Amino acid sequence: MRRRLTLFACLALAAGASAAQEITVSAGASLGPALREIAPLFEAAQPGVRVRLNLGASGALLQQITVGAPVQVFASADDETMDQAQARGLVRADDRRVLVLNRLVLAVPADRGADVPRTLAGAAQLRRVAIGLPASVPAGRYARAALDAAGLWPRIEPQLVYAQNVRQALDYIVRAEVDAGFVYASDVGIAGGGARAAFEVPTPIPIRYPIAALRDALPAAQRFVDFCLSAPARAVFARHGFGLP
Amino acid sequence: MLDAAWVPLALTLKVALWATALDLVVGVAIGYALARTRFVGRNLLDALLTLPMVLPPTVMGYYLLVLLGRQSAFGGWLFETFGLRLIFTWQGAVIAAAVVSLPFVVKPARAAFEGVDARLEQAARTLGVHEFGVFCRVTLPLAWRGILAGTLLAFARALGEFGATLMVAGSVPGQTQTLSIAVYEAVQAGQDAQAATLTALLSVVAVVLLLAVGRLARGPVAAAARGGA
Repeated sequence: MRRRLTLFACLALAAGASAAQEITVSAGASLGPALREIAPLFEAAQPGVRVRLNLGASGALLQQITVGAPVQVFASADDETMDQAQARGLVRADDRRVLVLNRLVLAVPADRGADVPRTLAGAAQLRRVAIGLPASVPAGRYARAALDAAGLWPRIEPQLVYAQNVRQALDYIVRAEVDAGFVYASDVGIAGGGARAAFEVPTPIPIRYPIAALRDALPAAQRFVDFCLSAPARAVFARHGFGLP
Repeated sequence: MLDAAWVPLALTLKVALWATALDLVVGVAIGYALARTRFVGRNLLDALLTLPMVLPPTVMGYYLLVLLGRQSAFGGWLFETFGLRLIFTWQGAVIAAAVVSLPFVVKPARAAFEGVDARLEQAARTLGVHEFGVFCRVTLPLAWRGILAGTLLAFARALGEFGATLMVAGSVPGQTQTLSIAVYEAVQAGQDAQAATLTALLSVVAVVLLLAVGRLARGPVAAAARGGA
């Protein structure tokens, strides 16, 4: 009986210890495939630390953090969302790093024939175009800024289908339920051949992904941020089609 | 602000009404068949039709997406033959809402038909009324309260439908962005005032609906809510 209690206590302690070393990383959906490769590398380099990935639209992730979600690291797909996190006192300006760069493309289903648009004006002629919700999805915000700059937003708006995050927009394209969609260049590679880029969309502001450990996060959080900026992680990002700062 | 609330509300009511109308026709027919006929696979059909009550709406949404999508045989045929697209259209939202709320009509309708005294139907037949006449003039009038209760519950379910609708119909403002989806998106974007307005609106509609249900068919609805029907 006594031995059993000891064993139980040891298990409980072990469980407690491992739980204390778990860090939750909230990251924009487009970072998902790369981070899923990087997390095990980090865990191997840092025994006892476990990484939980929480992927979604950067704006939605920020809302979760704002209402108190226990998150240690935040990586958004645009500076604007990170600026908001900073304005809300969740992140310190000094802790922000530029993680990766990306490009916005108009992607079409892979089997689409010759009538592939080559310009934003051409895209505005299509019947259905997928876009991330500009209010919460950075890819949608970049696309809207590009369309606004070209004066095409009013023309394309009736044809838009809004996605909850950029991966959903990609899924709509791969299923050929839309004629085209605004996604990142890095997304097209992971579509398994179901989508291809028609042209690169010129964005008024460069696409940069900031990363930061949240204020009062565990020490392991900063180590994870540093690891993401190290050579092995950068190699993974590069392989997934991201630009490096 | 007002527009941003009324457009999704009108759309939600339109989708829910069409879905309920579909459910009423299909659900009564199936409920009658389940109650009155014996055929192979009857229990399997009953189980399949109850699935939307048990499975998460996202699973139903995925089934519908695969079935109705442009790349599927059926979805492709619909598009080639009728030029009908269901994905990202309000008609698709109707199908999604109708499928998930169908069991709310089928179950009470079946129970109501089973509760009709067969001797009354026999009596009508001895008086020379043909089968369709028996159904319209005897069976249906005796079962309608149970069917009405189920229909109102189906309408309530369709009104609040979210998961399957989002997967099949997506979010197109004015076409498929129903109130529940508008609320979700407002919260995601941190637009709390907008979310609060929409939530209050949906809550008021739901309370008015439930009060109306209470007045219309106090007995059967209360029984259905208790799980009896």
